[in-house]
Amino acid sequence: MSKTITIDGIEVPFQEGQTIMEAASAANVYIPHLCHNPDYEPHGSCKLCTVKVNGRSCTACTFPAVDGQEISNSSTELAEDRKKITQMLFVEGNHFCPSCEKTGNCQLQGIAYHLNMLDNHYPHFFADREMDASHPDLLIDHNRCIFCSLCVRASQETDGKNVFAISGRGINKRLIINSASGKLKDSDIDVNDCAAHICPTGAILIKRTGYTIPIGQRVYDQQQIDQVTLTKELDKHDG
Amino acid sequence: MEQFIQQVVEENDFKSERLLAILREIQAEFRCISKDAVEIVASLLKIERTQIISVIEFYSFFHLKAVGQYDILISDSITDQMMGKQSLIDSLSKQLNVAIGSVREDGLVSLNNTSCTGMCDQGPAGLINGYALPRLTTQSIEQIVSLITQQTALSDWPQSLFKVTDNIHKSNLLLDNPIAQGEALKATLQRGLKQTLEEINISELRGRGGAGFNTAMKWRFCSEEKESERYVICNADEGEPGTFKDRVLLNSYAHQVFESMTVCSAIIGSKQGFLYLRGEYLYLYDQLQAVLDQRRQQGLLGKNIIQSGFDFDIEICLGAGAYICGEESALIESLEGKRGIPRNRPPYPVTQGYLNKPTVVDNVETFLAVAKIVINGGKEFSSLGTDKSKGTKILSISGDCQLPGIFEYPFGTTIKQILSDCGAEDVLGVQVGGPSGSFISNQEFDRILAFEDLATGGSFIIFNQSRNILDLVKNFTHFFAHESCGFCTPCRVGTSLLKKQFDKIADGHGSAGDLIALDELCQLVKNYSHCGLGQTAANPILSTLQRYPEIYQQQLKDISFEPGFDLDASLETARQLADRTDTNAHLTQVEE
Repeated sequence: MSKTITIDGIEVPFQEGQTIMEAASAANVYIPHLCHNPDYEPHGSCKLCTVKVNGRSCTACTFPAVDGQEISNSSTELAEDRKKITQMLFVEGNHFCPSCEKTGNCQLQGIAYHLNMLDNHYPHFFADREMDASHPDLLIDHNRCIFCSLCVRASQETDGKNVFAISGRGINKRLIINSASGKLKDSDIDVNDCAAHICPTGAILIKRTGYTIPIGQRVYDQQQIDQVTLTKELDKHDG
Repeated sequence: MEQFIQQVVEENDFKSERLLAILREIQAEFRCISKDAVEIVASLLKIERTQIISVIEFYSFFHLKAVGQYDILISDSITDQMMGKQSLIDSLSKQLNVAIGSVREDGLVSLNNTSCTGMCDQGPAGLINGYALPRLTTQSIEQIVSLITQQTALSDWPQSLFKVTDNIHKSNLLLDNPIAQGEALKATLQRGLKQTLEEINISELRGRGGAGFNTAMKWRFCSEEKESERYVICNADEGEPGTFKDRVLLNSYAHQVFESMTVCSAIIGSKQGFLYLRGEYLYLYDQLQAVLDQRRQQGLLGKNIIQSGFDFDIEICLGAGAYICGEESALIESLEGKRGIPRNRPPYPVTQGYLNKPTVVDNVETFLAVAKIVINGGKEFSSLGTDKSKGTKILSISGDCQLPGIFEYPFGTTIKQILSDCGAEDVLGVQVGGPSGSFISNQEFDRILAFEDLATGGSFIIFNQSRNILDLVKNFTHFFAHESCGFCTPCRVGTSLLKKQFDKIADGHGSAGDLIALDELCQLVKNYSHCGLGQTAANPILSTLQRYPEIYQQQLKDISFEPGFDLDASLETARQLADRTDTNAHLTQVEE
């Protein structure tokens, strides 16, 4: 008999070694997340995927599924708190959706809409962050970085390079570039690298492609992020 | 520079795990780790430059830009503040003509604040080029200023400036009669490894770092892992403000601590141990190395220990200014030459610790206790204490009392008894367990020292009636924001938001809704953070908000809403630029 966990009263089967997130996605159950991407080693830092496992808070993307776990994922309390965590990400950086090329394709924005976030709630930090437009094909706007570290992982694991790293401590955390000058133009990155395309927000952008799809016809303009994510991850699962 | 770095890296066997040790030496020699130095280290260790930069930027004692030839750090612990630290640092700043947080133009001196340096019983304290300067006074400050002005080499400074004392005021089972060297090892071999572990089990010893995990169980789990390599780590990254007992234990009981690590290695089957010593205790480094050397000569460490055929050695690794490295998995990351970011669990260190091998990480005091248990049997230990907390606990007592220092008590002792023994009068409350512990008021002094009531890693800070609760909460809240590693959102952003929100209220800019918002934020940081740091960062606010709501209420304004910033103050720059001082150049915050 196969092993199961229960998410919000629904029995979900899982295979040994799967995380709660993996079991949930395979069963078409959405758990909000930003730093997680099924193609990479889970990170567990954004904390949006926090669920209650037998009453205890756990990060679904890193916590192993164990037979008989009672998991709460869609309680009002969790939804409220996930919204607050998202608001924290918004006030930490400088996110101005209306003027951002990524609007409509941005996962941070998609999550915010999904969680019905209507304001930023917390005071802004107005962090002084830089922009690196030195590379001919790419640009980094550090104002929009949420430290998911997906570009770090993609560059290492898929591209076989080491273009990015996370540096600094606490609120002074920052994304750094692996080149003698610290600029993107002197790094090994190529526009076709996975790391150049994986950013969930508008922090890493491909130049001269910003408006090929008009606002209003973009990914999350058509469908909510839960549907988009589940469809994408189920495709991978079946394919 | 290249030659120096080449030599340092060679001495460290070209191992990237030794990155912190390598960077410490470069920092000490050149006062910074420059871009060029980063490139050289990267090519010698064959690691990415970004790994090195991220390590430098993570630890407080590493700098990309040069600090002064004399680099002074003053401890910013609440007890240092209570002992007049602020006027001393201001005086240093004035006399040396260097702003706090900066380097003087000629590069001779730099001055800054630092988190608690573990000298709360002899503060205000500081560090100069990493070496502890306890008991700072107006006179010693003058002496320091003149030594710096004359550019006297640190080695020629009067030793009295660096003299750290133990201040043991009350001893019991652990601090009375230190063991004879080799005694615990001989007892272990006589009794057999299995039976020795059983004695530790009988003692019901629980980890002394604060979490209180059963020691025998931890060692057994580690020994049962199917791996050939295992490690023993002694956590001496005593960073909790107000704690300094490990400093005393390593100064006067180091043999006993190392001997217990050796016993542990025999039981779990390890060949290599580490003492992770907080960077602030640099002054202990040489004497601890000497103790290790002595033990090697005596056959108590190294190859074929007391002719029993087993090998074990201990390496001392220094931290570099990061409170988070007291968390065991962050400590392991740091030992591997990385930033101190707590790992995801599971797996736990007993299954995948140092270099992903099974690892036992225990506190200095836990190891101290083991030697006694091994020699005298577990029963002696478990006869003391309460049902769930056996044995004794060593406290670091500081703050408003006549006898700050080290006190050892059986678990179950009342707070009242402790306060009476150390000569504390007119007490307002006690911070038990440091900022991450809890604040108890003078209505609660019948409570007891125990895992099941007031758990503490050892910090015990006393406040008398003259103290302002909000001052200490502010100090602790700022401390957590400064020490958050930044890995997870709720702690990285949340601790900084807590600092803003608390300051807003404490500074008199809060209104009714702000207290609710503060409480909500506390719950979020507590419930969603990745590790113990974030999970306890709101404790100072929560425990005082619960006990003294009126103190917070008094700070609030009578209006229902107060913006998060001061509108009129924000216009000051504009007024200056426009050269305006008239009333029309001012705006009121809230419409009247």
